[in-house]
Amino acid sequence: MTTTEAAPKETTTTRVLALRSNEGLVRNLGLVGVLVILVIIGIVTRPELYGDASWVKNNIFVILQQASAIGVVTVGMTFVIIGGGIDLSVGAIIAIAGVWSTTLATQSYGAAGMIFTAIVVGVVVGSINGILISYGRLVPFIATLAMMVAARGLAAQISGKQTQVSANATINGIATTKIIGIPLLVIILALVVAAGWVLLNRTTFGRRTVAVGGNPEAARLAGINVRRHTVLLYALSGLCCGIAAIMLTSQATSAQAAMANLYELDAIAAAIIGGTLLSGGRGTIVGALFGVLVFSTITNLFAINNLSTEVQNMVKGGIIVAAVLVQQFRYKSLTNLLKR
Amino acid sequence: MTAPGNAESSRPTSAPGNAESSRPTSAPGNAASRPTSTPGNAATRPTAAPGRVVPPPDPAQAVPPPAAPTAENRDRHPVVLELRDVVKTFPGVRALDGVQLEVRAGEVHCLLGQNGAGKSTLIKVLAGVHHADAGEITWLGEPFAPASPQAAMRAGIATIYQELDLVDELSVAENAFLGHEPRVAGFNRRRLMAYETRKILTRLGHPQIPPRRLVRTLPAAGKQIVSMARALSHDARLIVMDEPSAVLAHDEVGNLFRIIRELTAHGIAVIYISHRLEEIREIGDRVTVLKDGRTTAANLPARTTATRELVSKMTGRTIEYVFPPRLIKAEKPVLLAVDDLTRDGEFAEVSLSVQEGEIVGIAGLVGSGRSELLETIFGARRADSGTVTISGKRVTSVGGAVKNGIGMAPEERKSQALLLDQPVYRNMTLASFAGFAHAGFTDTGDERAAAQEVADKLELRPRDVTRLARTLSGGNQQKVVVGRWLLAKTGKTRLLLLDEPTRGVDVGARAELYQVIHDLAAGGVGVLLVSSEVPEVLGLSDRVLVMREGRLVHEAPAAEIDEATVLDLVMAGSLLEGEPA
Repeated sequence: MTTTEAAPKETTTTRVLALRSNEGLVRNLGLVGVLVILVIIGIVTRPELYGDASWVKNNIFVILQQASAIGVVTVGMTFVIIGGGIDLSVGAIIAIAGVWSTTLATQSYGAAGMIFTAIVVGVVVGSINGILISYGRLVPFIATLAMMVAARGLAAQISGKQTQVSANATINGIATTKIIGIPLLVIILALVVAAGWVLLNRTTFGRRTVAVGGNPEAARLAGINVRRHTVLLYALSGLCCGIAAIMLTSQATSAQAAMANLYELDAIAAAIIGGTLLSGGRGTIVGALFGVLVFSTITNLFAINNLSTEVQNMVKGGIIVAAVLVQQFRYKSLTNLLKR
Repeated sequence: MTAPGNAESSRPTSAPGNAESSRPTSAPGNAASRPTSTPGNAATRPTAAPGRVVPPPDPAQAVPPPAAPTAENRDRHPVVLELRDVVKTFPGVRALDGVQLEVRAGEVHCLLGQNGAGKSTLIKVLAGVHHADAGEITWLGEPFAPASPQAAMRAGIATIYQELDLVDELSVAENAFLGHEPRVAGFNRRRLMAYETRKILTRLGHPQIPPRRLVRTLPAAGKQIVSMARALSHDARLIVMDEPSAVLAHDEVGNLFRIIRELTAHGIAVIYISHRLEEIREIGDRVTVLKDGRTTAANLPARTTATRELVSKMTGRTIEYVFPPRLIKAEKPVLLAVDDLTRDGEFAEVSLSVQEGEIVGIAGLVGSGRSELLETIFGARRADSGTVTISGKRVTSVGGAVKNGIGMAPEERKSQALLLDQPVYRNMTLASFAGFAHAGFTDTGDERAAAQEVADKLELRPRDVTRLARTLSGGNQQKVVVGRWLLAKTGKTRLLLLDEPTRGVDVGARAELYQVIHDLAAGGVGVLLVSSEVPEVLGLSDRVLVMREGRLVHEAPAAEIDEATVLDLVMAGSLLEGEPA
């Protein structure tokens, strides 16, 4: 029967399959390797600190806490990029969500009111992005660039360019609370990452996101409402921004129009380093998390060595370029292998 | 396993005349047990249970009369789909201009037509991608106007597109069920999906494809199987297949036919589009021929209609092409020599030559490697082996090609050749920008004057070279692209490569373009052109090359070959293998 004809093909595809299943692993291993190297640099430069076990444990939590808000944003960003878009307005959405939730009027509703406000503002602004892009047919870059400028402007307007101090003990307590020794912020990050992973890999929404970004025409012909899906993706990014706004407000016990500056760049860079294709259709949540961790570990490394943030930014830029170069190389060699 | 039912399907290409009698579906005694669903009544719908075995005809029950043609039996089946005078217009093109089609349950209805005859538009109308402007579509006895692809699928029409509509980064199962995933509270039921997909793949004869493998890692034939699996994942009553065999190897085609026979035995109708007449003879029941968006022949018996008749229905023209007369010329020096040119997977061992002032035409289907060949000659693709030389000089890059006097008008005029939002003169000077620069600054006045000169020569309409390229008609846009290579500053263009020079160009403008091409050749320029339209290749060229599946299969002076022969060579040589009696 046909099985005999298909036999030789099976062996070649099995070979390719073996290669493929390694691909994600290799990339994540690569990022773990980078993390290890960064830690070794830390040990070599400050051996006296790493000799202290309690300092090491504490420092790990410092790194994770630093990664928490940007990590949450990156999860949303990863979805948007996999879906074939980009969201330049995440930092601005955090600012407007943070400022809106810390106005005196909002604070009068208590912690629940503040959290509710931040999340609703995030989702609404994100949805506006999505509607402009899918129904207004604006290019994602332009639509979210405009939103980035406009939302920061509105945040400055609302706050009167003042830093709005949060007087709510519950909100401020989020950053200092620990549950069984683990900072609450880190737990929130873990929950969002886990939810993101499940959403991307196990739900219809997540799998359709891959289809919408990877082959929009196929998605449309399969009966997927690509426009509505796109709106949902930007709303999801907005939701993540709302959560991040509360986390940052709690850490600073205040919010202001300039908060979360350049978060869009960090989030995009982390997603790309983590193996998400900027053209859409491919990406992983775990990879994006590793991307965020690499960045916050670098920041930490520079902090414990008392080095300037300027040098740090240069290193960050170098890492982004290196990661994308590796990614391109690997993709090419993979496709070459497939052709053979 | 479909053990009993595939006895006849595994047989090689059936000889016309006896094939139908051995097919289980055509046995009259069997026909009674076939689902005779009344239109619109879903309850009596045959359940195409995956993995179910097709019972072979019971020999004791019915010995089919040997002379009984299949179509007669199928005539008893209810008509499931009927199209009357369907019209679909796109800006500037009447893609469908009165299509009639009648499809019965359990038949394989073949659609035949040249490129641009409207086949693809027609199936997109059925699939809910496009909406008909006029005419009636009846599906299961009721008017049918699907608002979306989803609506068409829900109504029971599944489509396998020619362009693989798969998502590389999703698994086989996810692709098969894309858009209608089994799910609980938003979560995909992965096990169920994998299980159902495995069942469908087994039914398709490919149980070895793991449902969870990423589609990206499958070879082309595997992807085609996944496309089929998607169609089967819907409870479809009509499956439209747009050239499903195009990417399949020969043995895979046999498997495809086995699947199609199994589907039709369950009462599912199949609309089958293919350029290969031999396939239509083997699998088809009836044939409808389209030409220029119209049905020129409907419901011809697939096995017994003579090839000549099918070809004449496909080519019988309402539009008269006007070609300028060609002068018979003496041998001229060879301008372009292509030797054993090969690009893996695209074309192989192509050798050809073009003389000064000669027009050489390549006839071939989309996907035969003709465009890739032209682009490789131009240096835009790197050859795996072989050489391109022009007047003795090797060409390996676009820069080298242009320097040596090769110009190209690519297939996709709008995306590959024009800056649509730039004025005509900027488009013309694109290849010779530096020639207009004085100390690094381009002189717009010079550019305009030079472009105007060419525009006058080519009778560009309107003559105004400051208009945006976007505002021109297709024919005049093509003149701009050709004109680019005629600018004096481009250097002397000695060879023009034209890929589908008249696509999207109306009849009047075509004649003008033909004249332009002839005038160029008369001036000594060699022309190598590619066209899907056989009459164009024949009427325009001095010499005709036929390309099929990446190889040049025939060469003849244009005067010594006719349209039917070329069409037949292009479509896999069934004429040469003899016609059915």
